[in-house]
Formats: sequence, C-alpha cells, structure tokens
Amino acid sequence: MEYVIIVISAVFVNNIVLNQFLGICPFLGVSNRISTAMGMAAAVVFVMTLSTLFTYLVQYYILNPLNIAFMQTVTFILVIAALVQMVEIILKKISPALYQALGIFLPLITTNCAVLGVAILVVTKEFSFGGTPHMLDLPQSLVYTASMALGFGLALIIFAGMREQMDLVGIPKPFRGVPISLITAGILSLAFMGFSGIV
Amino acid sequence: MARESNFRNMFLCLLVICFGGSALLGGVYLITYQPILAAQAARVNQALGGVLPQFDNMPAEEAYQVEVNGKKMTVYPGTLNRELTGVAVEATTNKGFGGQIIVMVGFLPDGTINNTAVISHTETPGLGDKIDPRKSDFSLQFNQKNPESFRLAVKKDGGQVDAITAATISSRAFCDVVDLAYQAFRQSIQKEGGIQ
Amino acid sequence: MSRLQTLVNGIIKGNPTFVLVLGMCPTLGTTTSAINGMSMGLATTFVLMLSNLVISLVAGLVPSKVRIPAFVVIIAVFVTVVQLIMQAYVPALYQTLGLFIPLIVVNCIVLGRAEAFASKNKPFDSFLDGLGSGLGFTLSLTVLGTIRELLGSGSFFGLKIIPGDAILIFILAPGAFIALGYLMVLFNKLKKA
Repeated sequence: MEYVIIVISAVFVNNIVLNQFLGICPFLGVSNRISTAMGMAAAVVFVMTLSTLFTYLVQYYILNPLNIAFMQTVTFILVIAALVQMVEIILKKISPALYQALGIFLPLITTNCAVLGVAILVVTKEFSFGGTPHMLDLPQSLVYTASMALGFGLALIIFAGMREQMDLVGIPKPFRGVPISLITAGILSLAFMGFSGIV
Repeated sequence: MARESNFRNMFLCLLVICFGGSALLGGVYLITYQPILAAQAARVNQALGGVLPQFDNMPAEEAYQVEVNGKKMTVYPGTLNRELTGVAVEATTNKGFGGQIIVMVGFLPDGTINNTAVISHTETPGLGDKIDPRKSDFSLQFNQKNPESFRLAVKKDGGQVDAITAATISSRAFCDVVDLAYQAFRQSIQKEGGIQ
Repeated sequence: MSRLQTLVNGIIKGNPTFVLVLGMCPTLGTTTSAINGMSMGLATTFVLMLSNLVISLVAGLVPSKVRIPAFVVIIAVFVTVVQLIMQAYVPALYQTLGLFIPLIVVNCIVLGRAEAFASKNKPFDSFLDGLGSGLGFTLSLTVLGTIRELLGSGSFFGLKIIPGDAILIFILAPGAFIALGYLMVLFNKLKKA
C-alpha cells in the first residue's frame, strides 16, 4: 500500500517539474516533439533510478560511517557524472539500437538538476506516506525516484503535445518561444494542483 | 595552453584538484562545525523561550522522550528555582495538507496551554501556513486554554477551534498535533509523579 | 572589452535569466518572496565569483580532456562552502532555500561562465565576469520575487502594504511560471522598442 502512495504522490501530487521546479531546462528545451520527449523521458527514468541507487549506497555506506556527510554535494555530482559517462560507453557497446534512441540525451542529463536534486532529497528528507515520518529505505528510495522520473516524463510528454499544437497557431511576437512555453507550463501546473491533498 | 591529455597528466590533475578541494572543505567544516551546532540548538532554545513561562534551567539538556500511540515525542521540562513552571512538548503530525508539521507546545503544570510555536511545516503559503503565529492569529486561540475543558477540534468536527478559512485540513492537523502534545504532557506529568 | 564592460555585460546584455534563459530551476523555485530570490541570487554570485577566479587560475594546468570534471569539482567545493556557511550563520534562510543551494552545482550559468569566460581569461577579469553575471542573476530573481510577493501576499520585502488577502496563486507553483512568462514578454517588448 505504501508503494502505491509513493507512486501517486511522486508522479501527480508533487510532480517534479510542475510542483518542485526541478529539471526545468530539459522541460523547456526538449519538448518540441512528442517523439523526442519520449526518448528524453526514458533516458531520465533510467539514469535517475540508477544514480539514486549509487548515491544512496555512497551516502549510507561511505559518507555516513566516515562522518563526512558535508561532502555530499561534491561526491554525488561526481558519482552522477561518472555514471552517465559509463552508461553511455556500455550502451554503445552492448545495445547500439538503444544507444541510437537514448544516446543524444545522455550528456544532457548530467546537468539536469532533477537527477542531483532527487538523489539529495531521498537521503536528506523524511517522508510520511500515510505512516509516521521516516527516512526512506533502499527499495522505497528506488520506487520514489523512478516515480519522480515518471512524473518528469509525464509532464514532458503532455507539454510536448501542447507545443505541437501551438506551432499551428499565430502567437503574438513578444510571446514566441520561451514566454509562451512558461505561461503554458503555468496553466499545466495549475491543472496538476488539482491533485494536491489526495494523499 | 592546456597541458597534453595523457594519462599521467589527467590523473595527477584530478588528484590534485580533489585533494585541494577536500582539504579546503575539511577546513571550512572544522570552522563552521561549532556555529552549526549552536545554530541548531538556538532554534530549539528560541522556540522553548517562546512557549515556556519563566525558567532558569536548561530544558534542552534535561529533555527526555515519551511515547504516545507509538510516536516518540520530546519533552522539555522548564523549572524556576527547581520548581516546575511548565513543560514544552515537541510534537509531530503528518496529517497536514503538505505533510509533516512539527510544533512546540508549552503547557503550564496544570495542563493549560501557555503558547505554541511552529518549528517546521510544508503547508500551502498563504493558506495553511497561517498556522504559524507569524502569519496569522489562528494559533493564539489555543493559548490559556486547558484541553481538559477545551475541545481540541475544529467547529466543523464538533470542537471549539475556529478553523482557518479555506484551510480546514491544516487546522485539523494543528489540533491533532496539539492534542498529541497534550497526551505526551499528561504522560510526562504522571511519570514524574506530579511536580518534583 | 574594458573591465567595466565585462562587469556590466552580465547584468543587462547577457542577463542569465531573461536573455540566455539559464538557471530556470532556482529562478522559479526560490522567488516566493523578494528576500528569498535575492538571497538565492547572492549565494549563486558568491559561487560564480570564486569558481571563476579559481578556474581561470588553474585552467592553464588542466589537460583539456578532463577540463569539465575538474571544473565541476571546483564548483562543487565552493557550493559546499556556501552550504556550510549558510547552515552556520543564517540557518533559517538555509531551511527556506533548501535543496536549491546544493543545486547551484548544476546551475548552467556557473559551468557556462567557467567554460565560456573563465577558462580563457585572466583571473581578475574572470572574477569581474562572475560578479557581473551573478548580479544579473540576482537582479532578475529579486525582480521576479518582488512581483510575486507583491501580487501573492501583498507585501514588499516582508512589509505588508496591501491590506487583506492577495492573489495567492502567485506564490504557488503556477504563479511562478506565469509571472516569469509575462516578465519575459515585457522584456522582449522593451528590447524591441
């Protein structure tokens, strides 16, 4: 039951883009076409879950025992950057087809603040999914991260659909590009506010 | 102008930067270690000073834990000339609209609520965050009330608390957290056999 | 480019928020009030100045293949310094800005300035460039924070000036997107004129 609440809370209620303001850059940057949005979403789900697995282990088995939790930011960014590089190399070797699909998005992900943001969130924040507040354990962290990434994908794909439609209408000149995207994102975020309070 | 990218150079360069960075951070950490602890203690002490009546002891050092419905809560006794003047309870609820709400509630020895202070919350700005006395007078209506005779629930639920307009869930959560604190207070008073 | 130009460039012509559209996450996430926006901007400015300075000092010694990792480590170190200092001396502010302080590491502005300017210029110029870009970022965040605070809670830098309830939505998430969107429209319009 707790896992269901985690998923709903992470995907809809606390949507990473529309509610927590993480990963706005790729949200505005790679959302012109639904197909690219889907590729990006898949890459983010993959990398985010994998990097949280590693940063979680680093936090609880290296930083905490050594009492150097203050090195968190430095180590996490290094772990994520190295991981993305490795995923890129491995993917190229074992699955060229998947590399074709996800490859171009991988370098973009290192600077996606959603990855670092969620990695830090799961090891520093206490969550209360219907029960008493507690730190997430490893399976919960992974489910939470994957759901957060799915929420990112959902927002990205909905938004790309909206932007495809926007190409067909005449937008006043000063609104073109980023401004109209931001205003549309605002309306989408308004819609997602309807989910608040359900868990 | 950059050095040649051979293995030795790259390895040495990153090694030096990581070492230098770690050394710098270690230094800053040592310098800020005490102030960070002091800042954390100051937060609790400030809240204690606001919710307890006069005291001359160090409540934070005499704090202990009690358990209510499986939830652990911290109790801070305040004494003046070794006479108990009040008890502060740090209680947590997760029934808030945005999740967790942590409140420090100060009781007089007879159970009357002296004052409350919100330690942390994630309620909606402008609506639920009115539980914070810095934002609205909502929490002030609890002061000088004794939960023995004052029903800790919003009027909609048959209680005596005026809820915040458009933030019933936050108001309920606040009542819940004060009630939890009161139960913890009752336990701690019983455990100490009244007043030392 | 004169030193003054280096400094001013980041504030108006190369404004990180309105012109380059970089660092959107903290811009939207921390501007619920003017003070919060300004503090976030200043924290970023601090990191930008120091990382630009140090990166321009060491750029000549770093092999080009490990340039990015080396820069990221340097930036991350300064971000952690800011984190520790804020925790020690302004804990309340640190609580409010929360996650967005460590996320300065992945703020495109910081790595962007390191790559585009600091790795090719003299230390003092790089320091000024960091200061300029930082101040430009601070300015945008403060403006957006002021507008959202004024509309959303009817106050100006914490001082209540419009009595009664305000348009709450502006300090919630959707208000951030909409306010920034319209501010950019205004900026585009003024630039044309």
